[in-house]
Amino acid sequence: MNKILSRPIKQVSNKLNAGELKPSEICRAAVKLANASKPLNAYICVTGGSAELQAQESDARYAESQPLGTLDGIPIAIKDNFCTSGTATTCASLMLANFVPEYDATVYSRLKNVGAVLIGKTNLDQFAMGSGTIDSYFGPTKNLWKSTFMNNYFCHPSSESETSNKETSDVPDNWHIAGGSSGGSAIAVATGSCYAALGSDTGGSTRNPASYCGLVGLKPTYGLVSRHGLIPLVNSMDVPGIITRKIDDAVLVLNAIAGPDDFDSTMLKKEFTPIELPECPSVDGLRIGIPKQYKPPGLNVEVEKCLLDVSKHLEEGGAKIVPVSMPHTEHSIVCYSVLNQCEVASNMARYDGIEFGLRVDQNESTEQLYAETRCKGFNEVVRSRILTGNYFLLAENYENYFVRAMKVRRLIYEDFEKVWNSDIDLLLTPTTLTDAPRYREFISMDNQTQCSIQDVCTQPANMAGVPAVSFPVRLSSNGLPLSLQLMAPVLHEQQMLTTAKWIEQVLQFPEIVLKDSSLLM
Amino acid sequence: MRVCTYNTYDTANASDGEPVKIVKIYLKYPMNYTNCWKINPCIKRWRENKPYLRMLKHCFGTEAKSRAETKKKWRSVVGLEIHAQIQSNSKLFSGSSTMYGSPINSNVSFFDCATPGTLPVLNKRCVEAGILTALALSCKVNEVSLFDRKHYFYADLPAGYQITQQRQALAIDGELNFQVYTPGIHPRPYSKVSKIKQLQLEQDSGKSLHDLIAKRSLVDLNRAGIPLMELVFEPDLSDGEEAAALVKEIVLILKRLGTCSCKMEEGALRVDANISVNRPGEKLGTRTEVKNIGSIRSVAAAVKFEIDRQITEIENGGTIINETRSWDTEIRKTVPMRDKEEKQDYRFMPEPNLPPLHVHVTKEIKNKYGLVDVPLLQESLPELPEETRYNLKNNFGLDSTAAIILTNENNLLNIFEAVVKEDSKRKPKLVSNILINQLLTVVNRKALELDTCILNAQHIGELVDMLQNKTINLTTAENVLEEYITESSMTPKQIVEKNNWTQITDEHQLTQICKNILLQRADVVKKYKAGKTKVFRALVGAVAQETKNRADMATVVNILKKLLDE
Repeated sequence: MNKILSRPIKQVSNKLNAGELKPSEICRAAVKLANASKPLNAYICVTGGSAELQAQESDARYAESQPLGTLDGIPIAIKDNFCTSGTATTCASLMLANFVPEYDATVYSRLKNVGAVLIGKTNLDQFAMGSGTIDSYFGPTKNLWKSTFMNNYFCHPSSESETSNKETSDVPDNWHIAGGSSGGSAIAVATGSCYAALGSDTGGSTRNPASYCGLVGLKPTYGLVSRHGLIPLVNSMDVPGIITRKIDDAVLVLNAIAGPDDFDSTMLKKEFTPIELPECPSVDGLRIGIPKQYKPPGLNVEVEKCLLDVSKHLEEGGAKIVPVSMPHTEHSIVCYSVLNQCEVASNMARYDGIEFGLRVDQNESTEQLYAETRCKGFNEVVRSRILTGNYFLLAENYENYFVRAMKVRRLIYEDFEKVWNSDIDLLLTPTTLTDAPRYREFISMDNQTQCSIQDVCTQPANMAGVPAVSFPVRLSSNGLPLSLQLMAPVLHEQQMLTTAKWIEQVLQFPEIVLKDSSLLM
Repeated sequence: MRVCTYNTYDTANASDGEPVKIVKIYLKYPMNYTNCWKINPCIKRWRENKPYLRMLKHCFGTEAKSRAETKKKWRSVVGLEIHAQIQSNSKLFSGSSTMYGSPINSNVSFFDCATPGTLPVLNKRCVEAGILTALALSCKVNEVSLFDRKHYFYADLPAGYQITQQRQALAIDGELNFQVYTPGIHPRPYSKVSKIKQLQLEQDSGKSLHDLIAKRSLVDLNRAGIPLMELVFEPDLSDGEEAAALVKEIVLILKRLGTCSCKMEEGALRVDANISVNRPGEKLGTRTEVKNIGSIRSVAAAVKFEIDRQITEIENGGTIINETRSWDTEIRKTVPMRDKEEKQDYRFMPEPNLPPLHVHVTKEIKNKYGLVDVPLLQESLPELPEETRYNLKNNFGLDSTAAIILTNENNLLNIFEAVVKEDSKRKPKLVSNILINQLLTVVNRKALELDTCILNAQHIGELVDMLQNKTINLTTAENVLEEYITESSMTPKQIVEKNNWTQITDEHQLTQICKNILLQRADVVKKYKAGKTKVFRALVGAVAQETKNRADMATVVNILKKLLDE
């Protein structure tokens, strides 16, 4: 059973269809593992009870040979900023700690409709504002890699440094962060307590933790996947993201959740054609651009090496590697920062303690009630973004900040357009600048500074609304995953993921598998 | 092209996956519609003041008197903003019902109470209603309009912002022609034009009730998210009566279009007035804004009060500050609104969850995306009041006053049109006179509501015919109407027959009656012959009395003159 938890979804589905395995058996193992992995703090809430019920329903369908599809009976996890009816949706904040929505986010209801089993709600930075999953009301999420918990797994092919795991336990706060803000989703998938997890991606929140945890992190085209039920960070950039261990698994989830939704007016109206990847993909004839601006200061040489090596592989596979220029990239992050804080200021205005969520005991005046509720319910990161955003939106500042940032966003968008118009099919860039930082290093800089470093390569895709995928390349000299990112024109997921799958097959990134002797016995 | 999508249907509580539910809003005691008037003075006034409603309907304005001498020294400038709730089944951005008077917090979807993760979906019906209204007001409809967020904290604004159209409204640059006619102030109707700056779509807010003693607030979100059209007028008006007349005209238009119920007592139409005064030749004065005026009569009164207040203030050496005031209907004064001392910065920003709203504006081009079709809506426009008045004057020869009154009273207008159409020999002027003079007099005398009177156009036609062929005279007609309205089991003809009210037109018979009167009133005849011709009327009156108003008075006058001159 332990090995089953790290297999590709397709293989699990085959076993289920063959009757070798029942969804409830997988579900129980997954829930057990989710609880056992508590030290890593991937989940805010493990929904064992409802998962059991969902799995039993799935059992019945398989017993009648009428499963709802490949995802029927497959354990999944969802970031705790997607509304799930009857299950608390906290955004990792005190403000929403008691918030139990009465409706399902479209992405969750679609996953339910194909029989997926929800194992739990995963940890994040408060309201997804962060890039480390360390600013959660429920405590930080720790990376599986190089943690003591990793001792329950073996690496295949084995990484040389299993002994070096020990070093983390001696020095305080020496553990590696999971990345964020969807760090909980990443660790949930990495540990094998689910086969896929939904994250959200506003500036890289899905791809960043995927990169640090050796996983696939897919950010689809803006408007391809419904945001209805996703508690917003930046409405114009938020996209539900998918974290899996393999490209094929991400495709299965994307096919289940993508496509028009009447509840989200910003969606593309075009009917979604499910993506099918060939068993033996090819990159022959592709023109892959490498933007020179994606080599910011602080880029680790090992990541650069990854980029070179993967380029070489691609060339050997028949693709053409083309250096390209995207001159406005350097302004992207500051522009993003302005737009982010403006929308945050606006989106957070509804948390006033009246209709839902936290309300402090205060009856001096309505204003005082608001002030104290908001002061107590939000952490400092959220409060400071609200304050800054409101400052940008003041009538006297609006032109100078918001309007200018929108214009720069347009320029960044046009950078992408120019590249695509010069016959570039895909862009290949780093995802993160390094492997996963240690917690104590990470917290030496404040949240805002970290975000501007962490998101630098991922966030332009959100500005332009284009799809992007982060995939693992190899382990660093520290024994931590290193990853790269592919970006594609709007709605070109098919080509992007085909290429990513080709690279995946070439690179053979180590798989981590739960030891037979561990935990679940 | 990414264009705005709409709610597919404008059906309340449609199976849109967002079940309408009662939100947990910590209501400390139950409240329902039947007792809410105790708390809401606006409804209280409406419930208790029937004559006011009647007056409103009969569009006779206020009896306020102008202070002519002060007016000369001062010029007043008035501009209106009108919020009209769009008549739709569901809200602007959600599927919940817009039914007025529903139980507290029962028309509230997750979106309406700003549940995290919910998104707005534009209701197509509201766009159509907005455009129809814009076209009726000669506005230019923008091919692309945008939605914005306007931020402020208030308990009845759950999201902390209102979705409105600030940067690019649905329509701009309109014009409204209307008639100002207030017997007593403007006895002669005159035409007035007010320019419309823009027409925008926006959300209504919920309602807060503050219990100051128990220190608690109650919030009802039934109104939150109800669609509004905001009409912003240029400051083209000069007094309260003009303002009231403008609102009356808007009410007429919106009712004809069916885009707003215009039930001001339900808050379906609310008026804000911007008012300033200045001496002729000097620059415009500082303006104040009087918010949420809830009736046409209040519009006239509030604007007048505010103009007079500002003049008095300045004449007494004071200054006017830019402030928001409200109209207190109890004390009949405008008073400064609390908690508005600080100037609000609304921190506008584009609504990121609604793409630009595209509408189809060019007839010649095919509407291939199925957008709201402006040329099609233009064709569907009904006859507008201005057109009706024109037709009444030019096709039927009515005077301006009659045209205004008929146009203002849809009931009368329908009867007028039916009666005239039924028989082309009927004189339009006579028909209009009967409706405006005799019928309205009777309705007022009996303290009835015109809307509730059962009036049959054929019966009115019958009455007109009896007048025209001299079967009865005008005085009898009034009596017939009175009986007809109060117990209309009989037709006017039957009423006349039953009461033996047919007019005496036989010249011989009338001469006999006149002779008798002259004999009886020999004293009056004496005075008349002595040169006091004024007493002639007394003789005429005597004949009328003798015949119980049945005599054909025109003939009587001729006969009497002839007899006296003999």
